[in-house]
Parts: sequence; structure tokens; C-alpha cells
Amino acid sequence: MKRELWFLIGGLILFGALFVAERTLNRYILHILVLMGIYSIATVSLNLTNGYTGLFSLGHAAFMAIGAYTSTLLTFPVPLREAYELPRLPWFLGGPDAAWPFFPALLVGGALASCAALLVGAPVLRLRGHYLSVASLGFMVIVVTFAKTLKSVTRGPMGISAIPLYTNLYWTFLWLLITVYVVWRIVNSRFGRAMMAIRDDETAAQVLGIYPMKYKLFSFAVGAFFAGVAGGLYAHFTKAIRPFEFSFAMTFQIVVMLIVGGMGTMSGPIVGATLLLALRYALKPLEEHLKLYGFIELVYALLLIVVMLWKPEGLMGRKKIALRRRKEERAWVEFSTPR
Amino acid sequence: MFSLSYFLQQSMNGVILGCIYALLALGMTVVYGILRLINFAHGALITLGAFCMYFVFFRLGLPFIASMFLVLGFGGLMGLVLDFVAYRKLRGGPEVALLITSLGFYTFIENLTKLLVSPQPYAFKTPAFLATLYRTPFLTFRTIDVFIILSSLAIMFSFHLFVRRTKMGIAMRATSENLEIANLMGIEVNRVISVAFVLGSAIAAFTGFLWGAKYGQISYDMGFLTGVKAFVAVVVGGVGSIPGAMLGGFVLGLAEILSIAFLPTRFAEYRDGIVFAILILVLLVRPSGIMGMREEVRV
Repeated sequence: MKRELWFLIGGLILFGALFVAERTLNRYILHILVLMGIYSIATVSLNLTNGYTGLFSLGHAAFMAIGAYTSTLLTFPVPLREAYELPRLPWFLGGPDAAWPFFPALLVGGALASCAALLVGAPVLRLRGHYLSVASLGFMVIVVTFAKTLKSVTRGPMGISAIPLYTNLYWTFLWLLITVYVVWRIVNSRFGRAMMAIRDDETAAQVLGIYPMKYKLFSFAVGAFFAGVAGGLYAHFTKAIRPFEFSFAMTFQIVVMLIVGGMGTMSGPIVGATLLLALRYALKPLEEHLKLYGFIELVYALLLIVVMLWKPEGLMGRKKIALRRRKEERAWVEFSTPR
Repeated sequence: MFSLSYFLQQSMNGVILGCIYALLALGMTVVYGILRLINFAHGALITLGAFCMYFVFFRLGLPFIASMFLVLGFGGLMGLVLDFVAYRKLRGGPEVALLITSLGFYTFIENLTKLLVSPQPYAFKTPAFLATLYRTPFLTFRTIDVFIILSSLAIMFSFHLFVRRTKMGIAMRATSENLEIANLMGIEVNRVISVAFVLGSAIAAFTGFLWGAKYGQISYDMGFLTGVKAFVAVVVGGVGSIPGAMLGGFVLGLAEILSIAFLPTRFAEYRDGIVFAILILVLLVRPSGIMGMREEVRV
């Protein structure tokens, strides 16, 4: 219980700081802060699969898209639905005159993302090897295609605008706290130990009586849930969503944040998300001034390569979780690529 | 509408797309067989090859044969550079490190192309002598279609011979069967891997040219989905099997084209989705692919 108490105190201090920040900082900085929070949620949740379970999912943007579209469709104001050609809610979701409040809409968005993760994960996670990265990438393509073509629900490529602005500093960081708490509790539980055992050596984990599929699916679904929530927060913050936003570029950004911060660490994802967004907004004037579109992504990719080659454990990682074996050890197992 | 000639026409389109996938899958499966690396950077080579051809052939006006070999050489060189700069450092580490790095290199090359060339797609004209149109009662085709099919078959056949008959090819198969033991047998594994990267990348760059000449448009992000689909072809055909990869390429190309040709038009936008649905289906029903063998896990 003591740890929970510290967590609570930390949360209270955070909210105090947010309160002060909201009064003193200008709107541009606050905007960036909220985005940092949202991306932190996405990165922390990606860490659960990619960092702790050793799966490599590239479909995070898809789960964010599902969360974003679901929560938007649920909360969209009834009087505007006609004008925006959006359908009214069916009876089992509250009937044609209902619009959901923010919090439950986010939950439903996350839950749907979770269901999608189970659906994709079930065939793919039975296999060894990194089929998941290709399958989840493919899943992202499928989701974006649906978002583009189901015009009666998503308005197609032009996207949905005039989404009510619900996300603010407090909502974002409340969800960040929840995400970090849940991930932290999972990681420090029997489940988390099993996940890490699978990551380090799947065969050895099986020998110890761990059924990998169960833990892989669990971590994938929980990661997708918070990605869905992050997507919902994102939609209600930017007030407009279009299908192509949730593409490979977004996934890549989250992956870079995770790798730079450190996979399989508690603080890494948050540090990575904060630093890389700060970098993005520092470079943005330069990019726009020089009209070098793609420059920021170039820097991101370069950072990813540099970190992978020279500090694969990331900024916050310890050598313990080193992705590369030590030199002396490597001389022996130079080519023991596991089969 | 669904006449015989329509079917033949679409089948030919499918075979051509299949050729392109099969060529890409070759390089992908060899690298995957040895290193267990899903080489996302393979897709970037398609883009690079296409733009290399564009600048060498259309802008500099070099003769066609010369520019073709230049593209092949350029692709091979890029493969070698990638291997030396990145992948060699990560050998012996977990597979994920390689995967992430290749993802990084893909994005790096894509955005560099976007910066240096243009975010807008380029029109890629089919070289004049390849653009002649032939009409037969059943089939209408251009020289380029024949060129793609013939050159792909030639490359696949010579690759097959290389892998079956030459010393290096045998070493390559041995390495992909078991890296450690191949190493103990005195095979210079590092060199084998370099050769695999060079050959795969050279073929990928050449494919970029074929793609541009057939579809008439090249852009900085053309390689991404094509590269990933090539990996889908590898999975469909059977991971680790070279004939399987070629077969998988043809199956995927035909499935992609025929499904959109015979589904109502409003499904045309689901084209990429169909490919990945096939992937998930194959993983569900027969994860070892058409010609692959079940991977055994030994401790």
C-alpha cells in the first residue's frame, strides 16, 4: 500500500503543477503539454507489448484511430449530426437524441480497440517470429481503408471536424496517471513477470509452465485499450480527425519515442515522448521556414538508427535489458540467431 | 463484362504484379531465412531504384542497357552500405534490434528522397521502344509487359541457378539452414550475408524501374506498401523457401488483381486491405505457407 500512497502523492503534486502551469504558461506551450501527455499515453501502452512482452507491434496508430473515431461518433453533438452527415446513435447506444459524455465514450473507444487487438492477435500471436509487426501494419492499412471508404459513418477521406473540445490538461494527465499505474501494476505482477519471461526466452518460459499466447494476447489487448483512449483524447483535442493522420508516420513516431526513451522501462516512454515532441516543436519553425518538409521525420529516423546502434537500451534503460550482448559474450555466440 | 478476354487481360496484369512481388520476395526471403529480419529497408530500395533510373535514363540520357546496369549496381551498392553501416553491428543480438533498425533506415531513406527530390509524385514515362501497343483478339499489351515478364523470369531463373549451383549459393542455403553450424564449417557467414543483401537490393532497385515503367508514376513513398506486401508474399509462399517466395509473389499478385477485377467497383479501394486479409488468413490456416516447412524449436 505504501507504493500506492506515493503514487497518489505524486499524482497530487502533478496536478498542483498542472494547475500552476495552466495559469502561467501561454496557450501554445499548453497545447504542446497536452500533446506530450497524449503521446506519453500512447508510448507507455506500446511499451507494454513492445517493451515488456517482446512483441513488435506496428499497429498502434490503428488502435488510436479506432478509439478516435468511436469516441467522436459517440460524443458528437446531436444538432450538428444532420449538417455533418453523421448517423444518429442507434437505440442500444442511447437512441437518436443522445450524445455520450466524454469519459464513457473514451472507455468504449478503448474497449473496441482492445477487441480489434484480440481479433488480430488471435491468429498471429500463436506464431513465433515477428509476424505481428507485419500483420499489425497490415491491420493499420485495413483500418485506414475502412475509415476512408465507410463514408456514411466516417465521412470518408475528408474526415470529421467540429468535434467538441473536451480534452484538457487535467483529462490528459489523469489518463496518463491511470495508464502508468495500470502498466506499473501489470509489470510488477505475476502477469508482468510472465510477459518478461516470454520476452527473454519463450521456450524457457514455456518450460516453466507459462502459456505464451495468453500473456501475449493480454498485453496486446491492454496496450490497444490505452492506445484507443489516447486516440479519443487526440480527437477531442485537435477537434478534427482524418483517416490519413493515423498512418505509418504516426506509428513510427510513437515507436521512435519508445526506443529513444528505452523499451521495457517505466520512465523511458514518458521521457522519450516528451523529448521528441519538444524536439519536433523546436524544429518546426525551421522546417516551415526552409520548406524542408520531411526534415523532422528524417531527424526522427536518424535518432532511431543512432540509438539502436550505439545505445540500444535507450536513454532510461539499464544495461540489464541490453538488446545487444556484451563483447566477450558475443565472440562466442556471434551467430546464435535464435531459430 | 466478364468475358474471356477480360479475364485474360486481368490475369496478365496479375502476373505482371506477381512478377514484381516475386522479385522483391526473393531478396526478402533470403535475408529473412538467414537473419530472421523483416527487411523494411528493402522497400526503400524500390524507391531508390526508380528514382535512379529516372535521373540516369531520362535526365542524363544514358543508353537504356547502361542505365539498367547502373541501377542494378546502385541498388547492390546501397545494400552493401546498409549491411556495413547497420546490420553488421547488430548481429548476434535479438532479431527485434534488426527489425527496428531496418524500419529506421526505411523512414530515413523515404524522407531523404522526399527532401531531395520532391513530395509530389513524378511521371515516369515508359521508354519509347517499350511502349509499343499490340492488339490481339484476346489480349492487348505493350512491349513493357513482355519485358517485365521475360526479365523477371530471367532474373528468377539465374537466381535459382546461383543458389543451386554456385559455391556461394550453396553456402547461402547452408547459412539459412543453420547459421551457427555453417559458421563452424568454415563458411564466411558475414560475406554470405553481404552477398544476400547486395543481390536482394540490386533486384529491388531493378523492380523499382519495372514498377515505374509499368504504372507510369513514381513517388517517394511508393516502396513502403510494396515492400511490406513482398514480405506477405514470402509468408504466403512459405518462409525460407526460395521457390516458395516466387510462387507466393505470383499468388499474391494474381489474388490482388483478380479480386479487384471481379468484385464490384466500390471494393477497389479495399485493394491493400485484401492483401493483408490474405496474410492474416494464411497465418490462421497454414502459417508455414504453401511451400514452407514447419519451423521446429530446439533448445
